[in-house]
Formats: sequence, structure tokens, C-alpha cells
Amino acid sequence: MKKIHDSAASALDGLLRDDMLIAAGGFGLCGIPELLLQAIKDAGVTNLTFASNNAGVDDFGIGILLATKQVKKMMSSYVGENAEFMRQYLDGELEVEFNPQGTLAERMRAGGAGIPGFYTKTGVGTQIAEGKDHKDFDGETYIMERGIVADLAIVKAWKADDTGNLIFRKTARNFNVPAAMCGKICVAEVEEIVPRGSLDPDHIHLPGVYVHRIVQGEHEKRIEQRTTRKKEDA
Amino acid sequence: MPWDRNQMAARAAEELEDGMYVNLGIGIPTLVANYVGDKDITLQSENGMLGMGPFPIEGEEDADLINAGKQTITELPRTAYFDSATSFGMIRGGKIACAILGAMEVAENGDLANWMIPGKLVKGMGGAMDLVAGVKRVVVVMDHQNKKGETKLLKSCTLPLTGAGVVDRIITNLGVLDVVEGGLRIVECADGVTEDEICAATEATIVA
Repeated sequence: MKKIHDSAASALDGLLRDDMLIAAGGFGLCGIPELLLQAIKDAGVTNLTFASNNAGVDDFGIGILLATKQVKKMMSSYVGENAEFMRQYLDGELEVEFNPQGTLAERMRAGGAGIPGFYTKTGVGTQIAEGKDHKDFDGETYIMERGIVADLAIVKAWKADDTGNLIFRKTARNFNVPAAMCGKICVAEVEEIVPRGSLDPDHIHLPGVYVHRIVQGEHEKRIEQRTTRKKEDA
Repeated sequence: MPWDRNQMAARAAEELEDGMYVNLGIGIPTLVANYVGDKDITLQSENGMLGMGPFPIEGEEDADLINAGKQTITELPRTAYFDSATSFGMIRGGKIACAILGAMEVAENGDLANWMIPGKLVKGMGGAMDLVAGVKRVVVVMDHQNKKGETKLLKSCTLPLTGAGVVDRIITNLGVLDVVEGGLRIVECADGVTEDEICAATEATIVA
């Protein structure tokens, strides 16, 4: 089956509906599926829940879907780099479920690996543990967290072949791997689609079995905090 | 004289030993990297990197290469990249020797609060809960008192916890304290600061 699509809209065709749970890769604005988010905005679906570490900024990333009020709930570890997000959150229009960052990543990984729940010591004794199953193992207390299975995963990679094998670049890998794994269906946007056989099989970061559709496009790749040092200090 | 931010960071750097894998939080902890000297330290950035280098030279910023504070950084010859689940696997699994991070409050039993103030803007805990639960040793670097002069070293935390009983050592502008059975023990005083001054600035039980 052909996985390559010629536009983000085509790659999402037939997959979007109101009220769905979407897992999105990225950390801050690094490695976010910017083209697919724009296509979801254009599609106009609403009441979306996003499992995503962050929520973008006002005019980029998931922020563009907050501006149009297409998002009902965020499952995230760190938010609020964006004024419209905070307004909707404080006014009670937007629901936020805070997850410790590693718990969120593992919930996605587990969901994709067929593990419906797991025990972790992260958050024991904090608000996060309230209402969750507690269990002792080897004298230490753990809480149960649920795996996430998303209706759709949207991710950004550096290179793909036509079978969906993906390679990421530097720290842009981040949540893209676990997010892709937890989707019932996964759409990847990439900077370059390369011919089959040109990726070293030993260097594949995410095997194509997890990736159902691929689209190549131009990425803005915005920088959130540009920090530098002077050449003479180097 | 109490220590300033750089002196606190320099003191915190003394906690690090050759060969350690370390995670530094934002704020004063970030400055610790400036004081490791010749020690062979590998910095972990929880967004998916071991072997974090300094900020890039102007013009060499790479949008695909950032730290957990979303700042542009560089890689080193030793660098390895990985995904977020793997990153927190090594944190939760106890492979990271030490985390140095800031705090709003620490209690005498090692409870740590540094992620939210009820009624104020809540941005989330990020990776802080995973770090304090998972790394082998948690060192907190913080001012001893808040801007109103109230102590931040308490009998019990008033703010929602990041972790329960997780702190091993506290480095403040006044000195160094360890969390021990029954309370906090003064390990070291900043130059010119006395133990009596530390006791007077601390609500937590000080044990001998």
C-alpha cells in the first residue's frame, strides 16, 4: 500500500473527526508536526484532546488550534508559553491534565506496546498520585499509570523512505517516537523522502510498521529561546 | 558574607565526581556547568540528549538542537540522542547519578516543592517529578529565605509537593545542609556565616 501523500491535507484525509484523541510529537517547538497541525486547523474539526508535552505558542504549533478553539483538553507536562492558552485555561474553557514528563512519554510508549498500565514511583506522595492505585514492590511504593492509545498520532521526522522507516535529527526526536507508537494510525511529516534502500537499516529510529502515511514538506522550524555565546568566548 | 549565585553554583559543582552523569535544572543549577573544571561530567538534558555542550556561537544555532529549557545548545564528541521515553527510562531507572535543581520549599524530611503555587498560574511540572523520584542523589540549590525574609527550609512544606522525601542535600546562600534522620544537619557554613545564623534563618529542625 502506498504511504506517500502529496500534501498534509491528503495525508489526513478520512482520519479526522470531532472529539478525537490525537498524540503529537515535539518538545517545545522542536520537532513538532507543524504542517499536520496547520492541516488539522484547516479541516475545522473541534473538541479535540491532545496528548502532547507542550501546547505551542500563540501563532505556532498547537497554539494555532487554541486560537480557533478546536481543542477541548490538553494532556501535557508543561504549558503556558502562550497567552491564549492561559486565558482559555483560567476561564475554564480548556481542560488541562498535567502529567509528569516521563510518565507522559511512558504512557504513550506503553499504549503503543500493548501495555494498558504500569507502575511508577514518579509522583508518589504528590497530587498526581491522588485517586490512583498504589502498590508496594520490594519495599517501595509505586502508583499505576495508564497507557495511552490515541485515535491518531502526528509526528515530524527528518527523513523517511517510502515504507515509513523514519530517522530523526538531534533533539527533535523527543516525543515523536512514543507518540507515533501510541497512535491507532500514525501520519508522519518529514523534511525528505529518500529512495528505498538508501537508509542504513541499522540506523532506523522508528520502523515503518508504526507509520501509515507520510508527507514531505517545507518546515519553518522556529526557535523558542535563541541563546548564543560570542565567538571570542569559544 | 552569604554566597552569591555563582558561589552557590561553584559549591554545588563540588558535589560532582569524575565520571558522573548529571541533570541540571534551570536557574542557578545551570551555572553549575561553569564550575566543573577538569572533572569528566556528562550532562543529561531530559528532552533526549547525553553530552550537552555550551550555547552555540552566533549564527550556528540549530532549531533541532535544544535543551530542556528550550534554549539552543551544541553537541560534543560524546553526545548521544534518544527519544523521551528512553530519556526518562534512564532517569526513572536510576542511571543518572545526580540532579541539581532549584526549589520553592524543602522540608526537614526531604519533601520538595518547586512546581506550583495554588491560586497562581500553573504551568506544569515538566520532568521535575520524574527526576526527583528517579535519580540517585538530589541536590537542591536555593536561597535560604524568600524575598520577604521568610525561611524556605520548613518543618513541612506548605506548597504542593514535587516529591516526598526525595532531597539529599541543600545548598543555600548561607551554607550546606543534609537531610538526615530527625531533620537537617549543617554540613558547612558560607564564609563568615555562623551556625547560629543558619539556625535563626531555618524553621526545620536542625540536628547535631
